[in-house]
Amino acid sequence: MKRIIVGMGTCGLSAGAQAVYNRLEELVADNPDACVLSKTGCIGMCYREPLVEIDDGDNRVIYGGVTAKTAEDIVERHVLKDERIADESLVYAIAGDGQTAGSEAPFLDLQERIVLRNCGSIDPESIEDYVAAGGYAGLKKALLDLSPDAIIQEIKDSGLRGRGGAGFPTGLKWSFCAGYEADQKYVVCNADEGDPGAFMDRSVLEGDPHSVLEGMIICGKAINASFGYIYCRAEYPLAIHRLEIALAAAREAGYLGKNILGSGFDFDMKIKQGAGAFVCGEETALFASIEGQRGMPRIRPPFPAEKGLWQKPTNNNNVETYANVPWILSEGSQAYAAFGTEKSKGTKVFALAGKVANGGLAEVPMGTTINDLVFKIGGGIKEGREFKAVQMGGPSGGCIPAAMGDTPVDFESIPKTGAIMGSGGMVVMDDSTCMVEIARFFLNFTQTESCGKCTFCRIGTLRMLEILEKLTLGEGEPEDLDRLSELAIRIKEASLCGLGQSAPNPAQTALRYYLDEYEAHIHDKHCPAGACLPLVNFSVIEEKCSGCTLCAKNCPVDAISGKPKEVHIIDQATCVKCGKCITSCNFNAILTQ
Amino acid sequence: MVSKQENFSYRLWRYDGAPGELIPLLQSAQDHFGYIPRRAINYISGVTGIPESEIYGVITFYSQFRLRPMGKYVVRVCAGTACHVSGAKMITETVEEEIGVGVGDTSEDGLFTLNTVACIGCCSLAPVVMVDDDTFGSLTPASTRKLVKKFKREASKQQTAPTETPVT
Repeated sequence: MKRIIVGMGTCGLSAGAQAVYNRLEELVADNPDACVLSKTGCIGMCYREPLVEIDDGDNRVIYGGVTAKTAEDIVERHVLKDERIADESLVYAIAGDGQTAGSEAPFLDLQERIVLRNCGSIDPESIEDYVAAGGYAGLKKALLDLSPDAIIQEIKDSGLRGRGGAGFPTGLKWSFCAGYEADQKYVVCNADEGDPGAFMDRSVLEGDPHSVLEGMIICGKAINASFGYIYCRAEYPLAIHRLEIALAAAREAGYLGKNILGSGFDFDMKIKQGAGAFVCGEETALFASIEGQRGMPRIRPPFPAEKGLWQKPTNNNNVETYANVPWILSEGSQAYAAFGTEKSKGTKVFALAGKVANGGLAEVPMGTTINDLVFKIGGGIKEGREFKAVQMGGPSGGCIPAAMGDTPVDFESIPKTGAIMGSGGMVVMDDSTCMVEIARFFLNFTQTESCGKCTFCRIGTLRMLEILEKLTLGEGEPEDLDRLSELAIRIKEASLCGLGQSAPNPAQTALRYYLDEYEAHIHDKHCPAGACLPLVNFSVIEEKCSGCTLCAKNCPVDAISGKPKEVHIIDQATCVKCGKCITSCNFNAILTQ
Repeated sequence: MVSKQENFSYRLWRYDGAPGELIPLLQSAQDHFGYIPRRAINYISGVTGIPESEIYGVITFYSQFRLRPMGKYVVRVCAGTACHVSGAKMITETVEEEIGVGVGDTSEDGLFTLNTVACIGCCSLAPVVMVDDDTFGSLTPASTRKLVKKFKREASKQQTAPTETPVT
């Protein structure tokens, strides 16, 4: 009896997994003795979705890029005749003895999956699957075998540090909150994942929600809290849906509620949806949002461990941090500490995106180098272009140039480059990305998301944004670079929360490593990467032009000439660099440089 | 599944003074009406005792809440980092051309509202557009045009009722 498992995370669904699932449902109904159908979350190989796995109990084989049509093939040949389809679509196979094969084997083989242990193999809507995979064993140990102090000691010994970006030692954080007495304490999970380019938490919530619940309940026991909140951003409807199912199932099975597992410990939790504010990923703003207020950060001290949600002692951690906890409890702190570097223990999930060939999630031991992530796992740069930089830490981080690709990714080495580890989003850039424009992009984001409380953040980021916009339009002045630097320093000094304190980072790292690009924009009025439209030349790529005349018809200044079916030409003197030809062209035949 | 009609009224009815309910109530109102009309603010204020001005302050802080009705289809172009480097700007311009509105506006026929959103979390499929709850990835200006046209065709097959006008 074979199991057919379809990847139904948001990536899979956007790639067309629902149609594949529906077709498979029909085929399975026709062959009920040969196979059963189930679904799973995101295994992380997003670039080959939709993914379908065939598990015969011994061997697991995953096919990529599956359509309703190729699904028929898979059932015909592999399920019914045991005949694997040995072509490019077989992305991964793992035999009973651990031997792996497949066109994308390196992507998975180079990973150490602790947080993602169940993502892509269990049905996230089945608590039975979770338990069968070892779920809630950590909780049993925490409730029945260990004292709260012993739980905290295990977490301390594992070396686990917060995975939300700050990297604060988790065991230490829990011990702070445990030390405060109050009539009510809270466990909060920050599932706001606002960093553009980061989707690690989304995949864990969609693919293995119970791992987060279990981590939170264990935390509750350790710090003596009786209630928890998961604050999940509203842009993740599937994650919220799966969390709701998980909560109901956990309650029914007795893992949540009164007297959990007969231990005398009571704990329950609730989901709160975000409402579209990046700043609510900052913990004090998050608490304000749960309390029903505008999400504006508060001054610390007092820290949340002492006075957090509703002024009660609160422990707040990221999704990924909690997802590590059950594994640490059941496998032991030393097993976790065996991975990683001296000061950055364990593994980290990275979201590879941008111009990388294999975009998706990869969990690797701390200390893995950027180059290994980009080339060995990420498969290098798309379309054979040149690796230019990798952006880490989202709008709070910075760009690390390709020349520093041998930098290990851990909490010590990355900050030395001027970037931050962040929550794990890694956006890969190639030679067509303009570093001035990227700084503008991030400042635009933080400026929009600034809550407005602090003058320097509210107005300072706007001034930085205006300068960067001027640069991308070719109106930059030499003094602008000094202005940017000074603004950056002042904004960092005078901002209350992490948003303002880190908003200047992308611009600062860009100035540090790409001063030449800034100077080209100011002095030469030219964009070397070809991205800032007012500063480049437009031309038609001969080999791609089909002569369809659409660009000429749409050009507002009639700068394009050419007969139907003939290569068109853009007159440089007339061209106003508006970009209409690019949006009109169905053949990607317009070049900007 | 409880219908949306009951959801909002039911939530108001069973409000018991529990703290932190304002945002869920606003989300419920928006699910029900499609936006937050003045009278919803009025109802919530009456039931919770929170002044209307404070509620208005919360509504205007969060980008999810809208004080004006939206179109039948809410188009959200992802403006996250990965989508940005993969050409999201061109996608936005293409959608603007096809629908005939700028970002933040609703088309005259009430069919489409266009917004950008910070990051949908589907970065490996960049550039990405969401229409209501469906996500579409790996777009080009050409495929985006096709997508919008598809929704236009679907909409013309159904009747669209006139939308309620806001009193703000």
